[in-house]
Amino acid sequence: MSLHADFAAALLAPEATCPDGLFSRNGADPASRFAVYRNNVHSALINALATAYPVTLQLVGDRFFRAMAGLYLQSCPPTSPLMCEYGSTLADFIQGFEPAASVPYLADMARLERLRVCAYHAADHAPLAPQALLQALQGQADLGALRVQLHPSVTTLASAYALVAMWAAHQAEDGVGTLDPWHAQSALVLRQGLEVKVFAIDLGSQAFIDRLGHGLPLQRAVECALEANAEFDLHQCLTLLISHQAIIHLHLDQKVSP
Amino acid sequence: MMILSSLHPASQAQAPGLPRRAGLGLKHEHLSEVLETTPDIGFFEVHAENYMVAGGPFHHYLGLIRAQYPLSLHGVGLSIGGEGPLDPAHLARLATLIERYQPQSFSEHLAWSSHGPVFLHDLLPLAYDAATLKRVCEHVDQVQSALKRPMLLENPSTYLQFQRSTLDETDFISEIVRRTGCGLLLDVNNVYVSCINHQREPLAYIDALPLHAVGEIHLAGFAEDTDSLGERLLIDDHGAPIDNAVWQLYESVLTRTGPVATLIERDNQVPAFSVLQAEARHADWHLSQVSP
Repeated sequence: MSLHADFAAALLAPEATCPDGLFSRNGADPASRFAVYRNNVHSALINALATAYPVTLQLVGDRFFRAMAGLYLQSCPPTSPLMCEYGSTLADFIQGFEPAASVPYLADMARLERLRVCAYHAADHAPLAPQALLQALQGQADLGALRVQLHPSVTTLASAYALVAMWAAHQAEDGVGTLDPWHAQSALVLRQGLEVKVFAIDLGSQAFIDRLGHGLPLQRAVECALEANAEFDLHQCLTLLISHQAIIHLHLDQKVSP
Repeated sequence: MMILSSLHPASQAQAPGLPRRAGLGLKHEHLSEVLETTPDIGFFEVHAENYMVAGGPFHHYLGLIRAQYPLSLHGVGLSIGGEGPLDPAHLARLATLIERYQPQSFSEHLAWSSHGPVFLHDLLPLAYDAATLKRVCEHVDQVQSALKRPMLLENPSTYLQFQRSTLDETDFISEIVRRTGCGLLLDVNNVYVSCINHQREPLAYIDALPLHAVGEIHLAGFAEDTDSLGERLLIDDHGAPIDNAVWQLYESVLTRTGPVATLIERDNQVPAFSVLQAEARHADWHLSQVSP
């Protein structure tokens, strides 16, 4: 192995080891000095994960989270010089992490927090002004063929747990209180201006927003939403999107239907 | 005039870069205070990698800061000392950032961070031998031609040495500067940390560097540990006020270089803005004591 391969392997190894070929001028054991590098690497990465996943950390406590993050970095060391990308696979790791099985919604919480980081850094795009939006909708003969372009930060997440309620409870000063995590909830994540926001939405709204995101025309997206939830409320869902400046463009379907 | 310029050739490396003032690292927690009060700070410095994102608050605020202050872009992700080739995608991201923000200075480290697919997010030490020298010089050349500007290379803080090394760190750095024409980012805290850790005289180390090429100075605080012999082991953690010994060394550096743009670095245990501003004022005072 090369010098750097040895060094890198020893930095990430589960037990403290010291590569060959190193020395200290004063004759001190090089392992006691190599430990500084090892500690720097581990603490920087674990701190970055703790910062990016604050509620996930709160759900299991600092000690458990840091121990889990230490194992995660051994199995998934970073591959990008961009620290904000580190941890994008943490939720999948948690999903298969046996000691966390007693907190079944932990992986979903990590997924939600990941989406928040992505929304925070997503591309900027000016929203369509509500007035312009209204005019465009009113002047439209074939509303169903309209394609709605959403802000780059818009994403959704389906969960079997009351994920948004739990996340919101952890933002409040007075803590979690009594909260029943055992009902399914979908999340809408978006950035309005500079602020990332999280909303609880129903499965119909989630299907609707996802289909719009995939470029389906309005009518098809509504059909999918109604399939997912017969009670889907189009007016309410559009109001949510418009009031949080999530719509950036409207355009008519260019393709001719057969 | 001939005499002056040969006394302080640093001025050549610096023009038309950063002002010869004290600057501060831009911290997220200080943004609103800085934008509301527009304090008299010579320049701000940011880590390039934090801004390699599509959009959002980071770009929003950096745009506002850049409209009012000179900017130093400091990279931590190029892995210039890496055994493998430089990452062309990363170089392209840097070029995009430089195009967008037009910083007065771009600097990177004499260190490596990545090996194969793994990026370790630390500035790791190099063996100083002929093969490494050749590789680092090729990488610096590649950076300077990709970015179409000279870069500053920062001297490292290290905790260990390689048996394979055949050159002194200062000779190694001097040779890179000579071969590539890059400037030197003289981190005085790194000098002090490394010299204590490797039993070297800090001023002798400074005097062995190509001081004519210094385009920026970094000052920071360190943490103290002990090694297996119970001897002082200094750790460059940017988490404390600048030590008195480092201020003294800085003063000695300035008498040799003349005034040079000086950054106060603080990345951990970030205090109130006023605390960093006081350190910046102190550096400005030192800068005002030497003639250009």
